[in-house]
Amino acid sequence: MIKKSIHEINRKIEDGSVNVVTAEEMVTIVEELGAEGAAREVDVVTTGTFGAMCSSGLMLNLGHSEPPIKIQKLWFNNVEAYSGLAAVDAYLGAAQISETRGIQYGGAQVIEDLLRGKEINVHATSYGTDCYPRKVLDTTINIEDLNEAVLINPRNAYQKYGAATNSSKRILNTYMGELLPNFGNVTYSGAGVLSPLSNDPNYETIGMGTRIFIGGAQGYVIGSGTQHSPSSGFGTLMLKGNLKEMSPDYLRAASFAGYGTTLYMGIGIPIPILNEKLAAATAVRDEDITTSIQDYAVGSRDKPVIKEVNYAELRSGSVHINDKDVPTSSLSSFKNARKIANELKEWVKHGKFFVSMPVESLSAKGFARPMKQTHAVPLVKDVMSSFFVTIKKDQTVQDAAKKIWENSFNHLAVISDTGELVGILTAWDISKAVAENCFDSVESVMTRKVLTCAPNEPVDLAARRLDRYGVSAMPVIDTQRRVLGIITSDNISKLLARRY
Amino acid sequence: MKIKITIPTERIHNPIISESIVETGILINIMVANIDSTYGELIADVSDFRFDKIKRALESRGAIVSILDRPIHRDEEECIECGACISVCPMNVYSFDGSWSILVDEKKCIQCGVCIKMCPHGALKLGE
Repeated sequence: MIKKSIHEINRKIEDGSVNVVTAEEMVTIVEELGAEGAAREVDVVTTGTFGAMCSSGLMLNLGHSEPPIKIQKLWFNNVEAYSGLAAVDAYLGAAQISETRGIQYGGAQVIEDLLRGKEINVHATSYGTDCYPRKVLDTTINIEDLNEAVLINPRNAYQKYGAATNSSKRILNTYMGELLPNFGNVTYSGAGVLSPLSNDPNYETIGMGTRIFIGGAQGYVIGSGTQHSPSSGFGTLMLKGNLKEMSPDYLRAASFAGYGTTLYMGIGIPIPILNEKLAAATAVRDEDITTSIQDYAVGSRDKPVIKEVNYAELRSGSVHINDKDVPTSSLSSFKNARKIANELKEWVKHGKFFVSMPVESLSAKGFARPMKQTHAVPLVKDVMSSFFVTIKKDQTVQDAAKKIWENSFNHLAVISDTGELVGILTAWDISKAVAENCFDSVESVMTRKVLTCAPNEPVDLAARRLDRYGVSAMPVIDTQRRVLGIITSDNISKLLARRY
Repeated sequence: MKIKITIPTERIHNPIISESIVETGILINIMVANIDSTYGELIADVSDFRFDKIKRALESRGAIVSILDRPIHRDEEECIECGACISVCPMNVYSFDGSWSILVDEKKCIQCGVCIKMCPHGALKLGE
C-alpha cells in the first residue's frame, strides 16, 4: 500500500525531484504499472480545461472619488455591474450584456479588455448622502487603477456537461452554439480525460482551499460551485484568482449568436497522488466519462435525452443518431486544456507551484434542485377551448363549409376514421378550394402540416410557437394524436387580460 | 475553382444552366442551389481551364458569373481552437489535426458564412 503526504510531495517539488505528469499521460502509466506502481512513481497529476464558463465575474474596488460617492448604479463601457456593496466595490458578471452594443459585448469583454490593459469608461450614479455627497461620476480607468480586481467565479469547471442537439426543423441559437435542424449536429463541452473533477471524482484532494491554475495565475478553490450536483456526476467549483496576474492566453471573452456573452476560463488543478486510489482515479479515460445528448428543441428545463455517449465518441468527430452519423463540435478547446495541464506540470516541476490539501472537503452527495415556483405557470390545458369541431377527412368540402358556418368556428380539426388528427381546415382553405374550383374531399384541401401542442405544455411555449409560425390557433392533442381542444390567440389574450 | 452563378429575375424561366452545359459540353458540379420563382443563385465547381468558356456561355444567356476567391479567413490570435466551426460547415472545411489544432481547407469554402455566426470568439471573416 502506498501512502504519501502532501508535505513529502511538496519537499520533492522544492528539491526538484518531483515526478509530475498530465492526466492524459497518467492513463498509459497506470495501464503499464498498475495503480500501485503508478502511485509509487508519480507524485502529481495535472489536469486542465478551457471552456465557456458563464457563471464568472470580477469583484473590484475603484478607490474613493473626491468628493466621495456611494455608488448605487454602475456601468463599465455601458455594461452594468452590481454595486450594492459599500461605496466603491462592485461585481461585474461575465454574462451581463451591454446596454448599447447588444449581445456582442458584455461583462466578459470588459474583463478581457481590462486584462489587456485597455481603458474602460466608468459611469456611476447615486442618491447622495451626508458622508457621500456626490451623485454622478464619469471617469476612465484601466486595470492598474483598480485597488483589487479579483475573479470570483461562482460556478466553473463542470465535472462534465450535457451535449446538445436539435430535433426540430429550424436552426436553434443556444449557449451550446448553433444547433442545426433535424439532428444536423451535436455540440459538447468539457475536457474529458483532462477534466479536473473527473480525475478526482470523490473530491479527495480538490476542495476548499486547493491551490489551482486559473487564467494563467495561481488561485484557489473557494468551495463547491453553485448547482453542485455530485450525485449525478455534475460537480462544480467556486474559484478565485487575481485578474491582475492573469494572461489573455487563458482568459477569453466570447459571444454566442442569439444567446449572449460568456467567459472562456482556463483552469488547471493538480492532483497529488497520495495513494493508489488516486492513481487509479487519475487514469480515467474519455471512454469512461459518459454524458447525455439532450434535445434543445424542447424549450423546457428537462430536455429529453436522445442518447448516452462518452467523451471518446464525442471527440471522434461524429456520433450515431437515428442511423445517421451526426458531426460533433466541441465548444471548449482541448488543445488549450492540454496546454494548461502542461504549463501547470512545468510550474510544479520547476518549484513554482506547491500542491495543497483542502481545508474542507466538497460535499460528495446531493443534487442541484430546480426552482421553487409559487406562482403556477399556466398550462395549455388551463386556457384551451374544450369546444372544438371535427370533421372526417373523407367528408365533402360542402360539409366542412356548413360546419364552420353552423358553429361559427373557424378551425376544423380533420380526423381519420380512428380519431387521429390528420389535418386542419379553415375558412381560408375553403375559400381557396372555391377559388380553384376544386371540390373533392376535405382531405384534398386541408392543411396537412398542423402545428400542435400538448395539454401539459406551458402557455408561454404555445404562444411562442403561434407567434413564430404566424398562425392563430393550434389543436391540443394527446400522445395518440386525439384532439382534446384547441388553443387560439384569443385564449392567450384572455389569460393576459386576467393577469394584469 | 468555385464559382457563383446568379440568375436574375427576368431570366429565371429560361433553362440557362442546361443550355450552357449542352452548348459547351462542360460539366459543372453544383454544390449549392437556391432557386425560386424570383431569383437563382448557384455555387458550382468547374475546372480552371474550362472556366472562361462556361462563363461566356452562361453570361450570353443573362447569368452573372463570379469567382469565389475570397474564402474564409481565420484570425489565429482570436481563435482558441475549440472546434465549434467543424460541425456547422456544410463543406467540411474545418478539421482537427493530431494535436487538436484546427486545420482550414480554404479550397472547399463556398463562402456561406455559417461558421462566422457560430464562432464564439469572432475569429472568422470572409475575404481577407
